[in-house]
Amino acid sequence: MSGANGERRPAGELEAGVLAALWAADGPLTPGQVQEALPSPLARTTVTTILSRLHEKGSVSRARSGRGYAYTPAQDAHGLTARRMHAELAKDDDRSAVLARFVSQLDGEDEQLLRSLLDGSTE
Amino acid sequence: MNDLVWVPLLVPFLAVPAARRLAQALPPTRAAWLLTGIAVGLAACSTAALALLVVPGASYVPALAALDALIEPLTAGPPAVTVALASAAAGLLAWSAAAVAGCLRRHRADLTRARALVGEAHGELAVLHDSRPDAYALPGRPGRIVVTTAMLRALEPAEREALFAHERAHLRGRHHLFLAAAELAARCHPALRPLREPLGYALERIADEAAAAAVGSRALAARAIGRAALAGGPSGLSRPLLAATAGPVPRRVAALLRRDLGRAAPAPRVRRFIAAGLLVCLVGSGACALSAADDLHAHIEVAQGEASHL
Repeated sequence: MSGANGERRPAGELEAGVLAALWAADGPLTPGQVQEALPSPLARTTVTTILSRLHEKGSVSRARSGRGYAYTPAQDAHGLTARRMHAELAKDDDRSAVLARFVSQLDGEDEQLLRSLLDGSTE
Repeated sequence: MNDLVWVPLLVPFLAVPAARRLAQALPPTRAAWLLTGIAVGLAACSTAALALLVVPGASYVPALAALDALIEPLTAGPPAVTVALASAAAGLLAWSAAAVAGCLRRHRADLTRARALVGEAHGELAVLHDSRPDAYALPGRPGRIVVTTAMLRALEPAEREALFAHERAHLRGRHHLFLAAAELAARCHPALRPLREPLGYALERIADEAAAAAVGSRALAARAIGRAALAGGPSGLSRPLLAATAGPVPRRVAALLRRDLGRAAPAPRVRRFIAAGLLVCLVGSGACALSAADDLHAHIEVAQGEASHL
């Protein structure tokens, strides 16, 4: 890691990282588990603060677990319509150029080339 | 008729392949500015040239001639040729104006749709429940990062940070404006279309480099891109057999890993030569359009009876 101290990054970026960790998990996470699921070292108190802030905004829900809380990302009613609309948007191959995708689809040769590049890149 | 009016219409056929070649050799930020600048500049010149072709023909229409107080049609050439050219140019102008308007409308509709999709979220990250890995930057105030659950699960925590840093770079650099500019330019002159693909690639490379800097590791950024692409699986599409180049994703990964995929970039001397040629194309296009406009102005003054016949 770069040793980039997580604490010094803007609050919005830290929130995104925490939220992503919750979404990537299979079940509710305690602040300690969230801390482990983050790439940059953050103090437990910072993680707890971020989680409370996300909870206030309604981005996550929490349930009692032992002496503290376990957090799950909030699934609102909006999620269901969003899924349908997303399918519709993704279907459109010629999707508006203003939404640049992170990665485009690969064909067979690209896939092989990519695998060989990544295999050789282990630091 | 001033023959220079044709230059801005023909230059894109020459300048676009040269710009694509030069962009390959430039750092991504410069490549993005070069491609966007060429696209917008040449589109403006060729549109102006079309307009200049319309005017002499329009002067044969009595109502339009009266508007400009012309007492006779412009003496721009044989009437039949002038009128035919003007009609064709007017048709092309109308066609590209409609294409530009349609393109703008579609962009706006797509953005509205994408914004409705992520809803009223509180924060920069909008997560969509979807089994297909996908991620993109949604421009706006504030800009948002849209990512599917499948994408988040496909990546390690550190790779997710690289993905977010990549999307933040798109938003911070307002890359959607570059893409929109090139898209609109391509609607003005069909020869400008091939600029869009290398521009998209250059913008992704800018964001990749920003991501590598943010996470402090080129290999990590490369892995994030590679794993995200592999998670999507092959599309089943196949490029034409003769395509000798790798697709954009392997090229981006190779660039981050500083690995050569065998695409020779032009030598510095050749690069300077192409750059000089492009500058000549751009300035020449503008100068020809201006000269043709000046010429037309002189003809208009003649037709208004203000000057003697040329």
